[in-house]
Amino acid sequence: MLAVRVLGMLAILLVLSFIVFSMMYLAPGDLVKTLLGNRPASPEAVAAIREQYHLDDPFLVQYFTWLGGVLTGDLGESIRLQVPVADAIASRLPVTLALCAVAFVLALAVSIPLGVASAVHAGRPVDRVGSALGIVGLSAPTFAVGLLLLYVFAYYVPIFPVYGAGDGGLDTLYHLVLPGITLALGLGAIVLKLTRTALLRELDADYVTSARARGIDDRVVHRLALRNALIPIVTGASLVLTFLVGGTVLAETTFALPGIGLLLQDSVLFKDIAVVQALTLLIAVAIAVIALLADLAYLLLDPRVRAKGVPA
Amino acid sequence: MTAVSIHARGLTVLAPDGRTMVQPLDLDLVGGETVALIGESGSGKTLTAKSLIGLLPPGFRAQGEVRYGEQAFELSMPDAAWRPLRGRTVSLLLQDPFTSLSPVHRCGEQIAWTIEAATGRRLRGAARTSAIAARLAEVRLPERVARAYPHELSGGMRQRVAIAAALASDPVLLIADEPTTALDASNQAEILDLLHGIQTARGMAVLLISHDLGLVRGRTDRVLVMRSGEIVERGDTATVLAAPEHAYTRALIEVDPAMRALAADDGSTADGSADDGSTPALAAGTDRPTAVLEASGIVKRFGERTVLDDVSIALRPGEVTGVVGESGSGKSTLARCIAGLEREDGGEIRFEGVVLAPGRGSRTPAQMQIVFQDPYSSLNPMMSIGAILREALHVARRPAADVAVLLETVGLPADFAGKRPAQLSGGQRQRVAIARALAPRPSVLICDESVSALDVSVQAQVLALLAQLRDELGLAILFISHDLAVVREIADTVTVLWDGRVVEQGECARVLTAPEHEYTRLLIAAGRRENPRAAASDLASKGTR
Repeated sequence: MLAVRVLGMLAILLVLSFIVFSMMYLAPGDLVKTLLGNRPASPEAVAAIREQYHLDDPFLVQYFTWLGGVLTGDLGESIRLQVPVADAIASRLPVTLALCAVAFVLALAVSIPLGVASAVHAGRPVDRVGSALGIVGLSAPTFAVGLLLLYVFAYYVPIFPVYGAGDGGLDTLYHLVLPGITLALGLGAIVLKLTRTALLRELDADYVTSARARGIDDRVVHRLALRNALIPIVTGASLVLTFLVGGTVLAETTFALPGIGLLLQDSVLFKDIAVVQALTLLIAVAIAVIALLADLAYLLLDPRVRAKGVPA
Repeated sequence: MTAVSIHARGLTVLAPDGRTMVQPLDLDLVGGETVALIGESGSGKTLTAKSLIGLLPPGFRAQGEVRYGEQAFELSMPDAAWRPLRGRTVSLLLQDPFTSLSPVHRCGEQIAWTIEAATGRRLRGAARTSAIAARLAEVRLPERVARAYPHELSGGMRQRVAIAAALASDPVLLIADEPTTALDASNQAEILDLLHGIQTARGMAVLLISHDLGLVRGRTDRVLVMRSGEIVERGDTATVLAAPEHAYTRALIEVDPAMRALAADDGSTADGSADDGSTPALAAGTDRPTAVLEASGIVKRFGERTVLDDVSIALRPGEVTGVVGESGSGKSTLARCIAGLEREDGGEIRFEGVVLAPGRGSRTPAQMQIVFQDPYSSLNPMMSIGAILREALHVARRPAADVAVLLETVGLPADFAGKRPAQLSGGQRQRVAIARALAPRPSVLICDESVSALDVSVQAQVLALLAQLRDELGLAILFISHDLAVVREIADTVTVLWDGRVVEQGECARVLTAPEHEYTRLLIAAGRRENPRAAASDLASKGTR
């Protein structure tokens, strides 16, 4: 089962790399002009650049040159940064990972308890507050929230930094608070709604009535209902995480964070194909791994799934 | 345990809109006694039960007073005041063992919660294991069940676990709300006998809620008959069943197939050859029409398991062919193979002499149609009845105007076309499902437990409709049921399936009055709600298969 999945994933990655490569090839813009900048474009210089980056090869040959490199472990060189792609990504990855982690933890830490409280006290004030927050979180665009937070908490009440990733450690965490909240708001709203709906359905189930009739404490009853509601919640959380991995670019742009989102944006604008390709594949792999982990979590969470075996 | 008496006075239940769902009633129970509350769905019996434990649905209110032993409580008290009573004083056993246990927790753990809630102490290690094992032993389940998840157990075993969980807090009153409705006939009797045994041993009071008079017979001391929220009759079970005073009780007894079967047995002669007149005589030698559909040597495997093993059956126009067996006997799989919903692994199915390839592709709608068990889920809730029927007529290339004809065929007024499934009762929905199946004018109608989800009186009406369709349209009906009493009502011939094999096959009156196979005898005993345990151990000891 696992082997089938991995093979399927490799096929998807191959197709994806081809599509992204073609789109970069077709996109307007001339690498030579970008590289030369204001310097005079002598025919020799242009020819040298075209030669160096195989720009005169047919499209398919260019693609297979890149693919051959990747398969032998060489992701190529960033044209823009003039460093190996692997180094360029490695230097940017920590900030993005930290941002994802902060946003994910913030989103879950608020939305799951609030979702549980909303379901347990459905129709009461806590549920109303939860619903209102959910609607705001779902409908506010990420960049708008980011700008608003910057305006309020970095400009009017300057308690948080405006841009940058800080100097590492706690300082970085401090710098990631606003972008983290920005990302967490929309994602947390989804998890909040999912948690509330899933738990409401479980609280309505016969086994909950049965447990209450047996005199079992409400706290224990809620815990057992939540345990049953975990599958939809984990599904929701994993979807949110996959969205996060691809979605940091907006927050990174707004807050000028030097992560892979910003790197991706710059590389696309520069037609830095090797970096774009590597980043796309990295994000795709991350999403596939998260989906696989979610499916493995079902095995842990539901003995009925366990009895049937790993979902393909 | 000393016997505790329970008295409810002026118990009333009000709906959110202020309607009175249960008229003021008094209820008395003494430890060691079982009282049955009988009524059809919607009569208010479940609301009565839930009001005694403070678990009414949101918005519903109870009034009146209940005394558990020395202490008196207002039925209208808030949830927090009910909590200390639940479990330790009164416990509730729910109908469906498939939903009343948490699917992701082990059975032992679920029993332990009750013990911990009642004693207020966490159980650990060996003490926990032995406490759970003791509770399982009381419901005659082996210790290993503690490690099992509910989905690994059969329905009967799950209900035993649910009983163990409900009783682990040692309540003085157990309210059992239709505890066997979701189970097979033989399991039903076993579960009730088990409850009865535990109750006697503990001196506990049991309030048994049921729609089934046959089940109550011989297992309860007193009975209350409820209709539209009102108690219409009460008294000793034997007296009430033998000489019902109220017309409603008489009607309930009359429509109950098991009760009728008993009456029929009493009237038949000892050699069992007498025909009770409810089925057309099919004496050997008389001309019978040739079979429209013949299945022979059907084999079906799910993985390692053989579900159907060399099963043969013939369906004739104008006849109802009954198939009985417990869940897991393969009867539904047989119906699905015939309908092409499952692909058989061996054998052949012939329609009017022509072999049908496995699967749906080889069948036409006009050959056969199927009516499923649950009319609540087999009709699309978003579509009106008219739209549902028009869709079926369109597939059958019949004019949409025939909707009225179809409705009339199943005894529904033409204005039902404008209604939606949610506005209909269970019986009416099943009639719509039958009407839909009749749209392509099929030769064969497959009814897979089609009346099992219905109340007994509604069941009788739908059975009468099926018999009428058989006679008027000359339908060949394959009637699958776990309920022998129902099959007896309608079937001309019957096939008894056990563990995927045909153990007995023949004319219905003959098989049911003079069964040749022990398993059939066991089923008949269970159908009468007699104690099947003796028959079961009998069967096991002889090693018959």
